[in-house]
Amino acid sequence: MKTVVVVGNGMVGYKFCEKFVAKASKEAFKLIVFGEEPRPAYDRVHLSEFFQNQDAKALEMAPREWYAEHGIELITNARVSDIHRNSKTITTTADATYTYDYLVLATGSLPFVPPIEGVEKEGVFVYRTIEDLEHMMAYANKLKAVNPDAKAAVLGGGLLGLEAAKAVMDMGLEPHVVEFAQKLMPRQLDIRSSKVLQVKLESLGINIHLNKATNQILGDTAITGMEFGEDDTLDVDMLVISAGIRPRDDLGKTCGLDMGVRGGITVNNKMQTSDPEIYAIGEVALYNHMIYGLVAPGYEMAEVAVSQILGETEVLMSEDIDMSTKLKLIGVDVASFGEPFMPVEKGHSILFENKTKYLYKRINVSHDGKTLLGGILVGDASDYNILHQMYLNGIPLPENAEDLILGTRADGGSVFGSAMDLPDTAQICSCESVSKGAICEVVKSGECNSVNDVISCTKAGTGCGGCKPMVSDLVNETLKSLGKVVKETICEHFEYTRQELFGIIKVKKLQTFNEVLDACGAGDGCETCKPLVASIFASLYNDTANKEDVIQDSNDKFLANIQRNGTYSVVPRIPGGEITPQKLMVLGQVGEKYNLYTKITGGQRIDLFGAQLNDLPAIWKDLIDAGFESGHAYGKSLRTVKSCVGSTWCRYGMDESVSFAIDLENRYKGLRSPHKIKGGVSGCIRECAEARGKDFGVIAVEGGWNLYVCGNGGATPKHAVLLAEQIDNETCIKYLDRFLMYYIRTAAPLMRTAAWLEKLEGGIEQLKAIVIDDSLNLAEELEHDMQGLVDAYECEWKQVIEREELQSRFKHFINSEDRDDNIVFVPMRDQIMPEPWSTN
Amino acid sequence: MDTILTGLQPAFQPDHVKVWFKAAKVSDFPKNGGACVKYKNKQVAVYYFERKDQWYACQNACPHKLEMVLSRGMIGDDKGIPKIACPMHKKTFSLVTGENLNGDLDAISIYPVKIEDNFVYIGFSE
Repeated sequence: MKTVVVVGNGMVGYKFCEKFVAKASKEAFKLIVFGEEPRPAYDRVHLSEFFQNQDAKALEMAPREWYAEHGIELITNARVSDIHRNSKTITTTADATYTYDYLVLATGSLPFVPPIEGVEKEGVFVYRTIEDLEHMMAYANKLKAVNPDAKAAVLGGGLLGLEAAKAVMDMGLEPHVVEFAQKLMPRQLDIRSSKVLQVKLESLGINIHLNKATNQILGDTAITGMEFGEDDTLDVDMLVISAGIRPRDDLGKTCGLDMGVRGGITVNNKMQTSDPEIYAIGEVALYNHMIYGLVAPGYEMAEVAVSQILGETEVLMSEDIDMSTKLKLIGVDVASFGEPFMPVEKGHSILFENKTKYLYKRINVSHDGKTLLGGILVGDASDYNILHQMYLNGIPLPENAEDLILGTRADGGSVFGSAMDLPDTAQICSCESVSKGAICEVVKSGECNSVNDVISCTKAGTGCGGCKPMVSDLVNETLKSLGKVVKETICEHFEYTRQELFGIIKVKKLQTFNEVLDACGAGDGCETCKPLVASIFASLYNDTANKEDVIQDSNDKFLANIQRNGTYSVVPRIPGGEITPQKLMVLGQVGEKYNLYTKITGGQRIDLFGAQLNDLPAIWKDLIDAGFESGHAYGKSLRTVKSCVGSTWCRYGMDESVSFAIDLENRYKGLRSPHKIKGGVSGCIRECAEARGKDFGVIAVEGGWNLYVCGNGGATPKHAVLLAEQIDNETCIKYLDRFLMYYIRTAAPLMRTAAWLEKLEGGIEQLKAIVIDDSLNLAEELEHDMQGLVDAYECEWKQVIEREELQSRFKHFINSEDRDDNIVFVPMRDQIMPEPWSTN
Repeated sequence: MDTILTGLQPAFQPDHVKVWFKAAKVSDFPKNGGACVKYKNKQVAVYYFERKDQWYACQNACPHKLEMVLSRGMIGDDKGIPKIACPMHKKTFSLVTGENLNGDLDAISIYPVKIEDNFVYIGFSE
C-alpha cells in the first residue's frame, strides 16, 4: 500500500482527492490530506455568497463525511511545517510525522499585501477565507453601530476586488474601489469595456477610483483614510486589500525544490517538481513560467497529477492554458476569452457599445475575417459559451462576423447555428473537462435520458455552472435526433407542462387527483405532481386544501407551516396589518395559553410558533371564535398586502393606503397560485410599505394609483415594474384581476411573478398589451374567472373547526391520544425555541 | 434521542415477524396518504396506496434530521417503486427497500403490514 500525502485542502486540493478516489483502489493507496483552515475545502469562487446566507456548509465542496466514506484521512486545523525529502516524511507544526510515497503540494496562494505605510492598522483586511470575512463583518458591525454612513475601500479593481466590493456593500458600508491601473479588471478588460463596467457599477452605488497609487494608510491606530498623493486622499473606515496573490511556496523553498525567480514551485507538464516524488498543483505551481489563478487550470493540474501517480503517464498538462473567464459580478455579466486585447498586426476588432444599457461587446477576428481570436463581453454574456467554443475549435466565422455580437438583423435563425455543429472534441465544460462527444455519447448509448442524468453522470456543469445551457441544448438536440420527445414535463407521471395540464383539467372538468391520473397520467403520482394538481384545482374551483388533503404539500395539508422540530406555526390573517387592541389581546392570550413563541412577521402580522399538531384545531377554534381567519401563510397563495398608514394619519399621504390594502387583501385572500404572492400599498412615493418589492405594488400619486407588478424580496430581489399609471381603485382591481389570473394560468410550478415576467416573451410591454389593451381578447374571461374564485372563498380553518371529520388528521398517532414525546423545547429570551438539531 | 435511535433497525422479512401488532381499523387510515402508529416506544408510519390496494409501513423518523415526520409526507412512486417524501426537505425513500432515492442518506426501516378482518397489523421482530 502506498501513501499519498496532500498538503492543502482548497478547491484544487479537494479536486485532486475527488479524482484520485474515482480512479485508485482503496487497497493500493492511502490518502492523507492536511488542511490549515478549520473546515473542509469550500468554494472560494463564490465566497461573497457567504454574506447572503452566512452558511459555510453551503459552500463546502464536500462534507467531512465524504472524506471518511472514501477512506481519506482529512486532518484540518493542521499545518505542515517541513518536508524531509531524504526520509520521505513531513512534520506538522504539532510535531507529528507522516511518511509519504508521493507528496502533492496544493498549498495555494496568499493575498499579496503591498508594502504601504500603515497597512498594519486596525480595520485593514485581506479577502481570502471565510475567517477573513467573519472578521470583516464583525468590524463592519462595530463601525455601523457608531456611524451608519461608514465607508469601506477595496484596494484592487480585479476580479476578486470587485467581489470584495460587493461583500462590503452587502455589509451595509459605502463601497469604494481603488485601482492602481487606469482600468478595472486590467487582465480581462480593455479601457472601453472597463468604462462601461464602471458606469454600471457606479449606478449600483459602488464608487470607483482609478489611477490611484496608495502612498499611505492614514489614522492613529485604526484606519481613517488613504493618501494617494499630495492633497489627494479618501476618507474610509475600513480597507480590504485584494491586490493579487502570491504562491504559498515556503515548503518548497525550505526543502530545496526548484523555484521561480518571483516565487512558485516549478513543475513540468506532469506536474512534477524537481523531486519526481513531489507534485505541485494549483496556485502554488509555476507552469510555463506562469501562476494560474483560475479554477479550471487548477482542476486540470489535479487531473494530471492523479493520472501520473497512478501510472497513466500519457496524461500531460496542455501546452496552452485557456484563460477565458465568464462570471457574474454583482449581477453584471463579464466575460473575456482568447486574446481580449489584440495587437493590430494579428487582426481587427469589431466593437459594439451602448452605455445607456451598460453593454459592451468586442470580438477580435483575423485579418481575413475568417477566424475568431478572442473577445470581451460586458453586460450580456449570454453568447459567451458559443463564442468561446468557436474560438477554441477554430470554427469558421459567418460572412458577416458582426452578426455575432449584433444578432442577425434579417429574419430567421440564430447566427450561431446549433451547439450540435461543434466538433465532438469541443470542450463544453472546462471545469470538469467534458467534451461535446462525451455528453452526446451518454445520451446516444441510452445511459442518460435527461439533462439531470447527464450532469450526474458526466459531472458537466457541476463546477462554475456556466456551461449548463449548452449542456442542456446538446442533450435535448441529441434526444431529438434519436426521435425522443423532449419537453419540460411536470414529472414522470404527467407528460405535460403545467399550462397544458391546467387546460386539460379545465376542459375535462376533472375534480380529484385520481380522475386526473386516470385521464392523462400514469403511476401513483409523486410529491411534485400532487401539489401541482392541487394548486390547479384551487385556481380553477377555489377548492380549499381540506377537499383532498393527501395531495397537498405538507404545509397545506395541516394548514400550518411545519417548523424545524416538526411543530407548526400559526398565522391568522390581519388584512393590511390593521388590528384592534381587542384582537391583539386575543393573540396574546392564545400565545400564552398554548405556550407559543411569538414574533411579528415581515408582512405585518403575528406568527405563533411551536404549536403541536394535536393543538392546532383548538388554537384555531379560539382564534376563529374571536373573528380571525386563516392567513394562508402556509400556502402557495396570497400572503399579505402590506400597507403604510396612508392619508388617514400621515401628513404626507396622498390616499388611503390602509383601506385599499384591506380591500385588496380581502379580495385575493385564499387565492392559490404557482408560488406565493405578496402585495403592498403605499400612500405616497416615500413607499413605506415597500410595495415595489412585492408581486404587486400600488403607490398613491397625484391623480390616482401607480400599479407595479412582478417584484419580490427573497433570494433574488427584484423591483416591481410599472404596469399602469394614475388609475382609480376600480381600474386597479380590474388590472390586478387580469394580471394575477394570467400569471396563475401560465406560470411554471414554483415560479414567482418576477421570474415569470422574465420568461414572458415580449416582457412588460407584452404584459401591458395583455392586461391593459386586451391584446389576447382574454380580459373578460380572466376577470370572470377571478370573480368566481373571489365568490367561492371559504376560510379553510373554519371548515375544519365546523366539520369534525376533517379534524382526524390533526393527531400525531392514529391509535393513541399521546403526543410526539421527541419534541423538546429550550428557553430563549423569555420564550421557547426548539432544541437545536443534533446532526448535521 | 436515544429512543429515536433504538427505533431504527434494518428491514426484515415477514417470516421473521414475532409480533403482529393490531394497529387500527382500515377505515381510520387516510386513502393515498399516511398516518403514524405508536407501538411501545416506536413510531411507525403506515401508508395506504388505494389505487393499487397496497399497504406499507416504515419508521416515522426521517434519517436526515431525525424528526418524527415521515407519516405526514406525501406518497407516490418513482418509476414504479412506491415511495414516501419527507415533508421537511422532500427526501424520498423506497417503501420496499427503505433506500434513499434522491440522496445518500441511510436507509429507513421497513415493516411488513397485513390486513385481517378490516384491521391493519404491523409486523415486528420483538
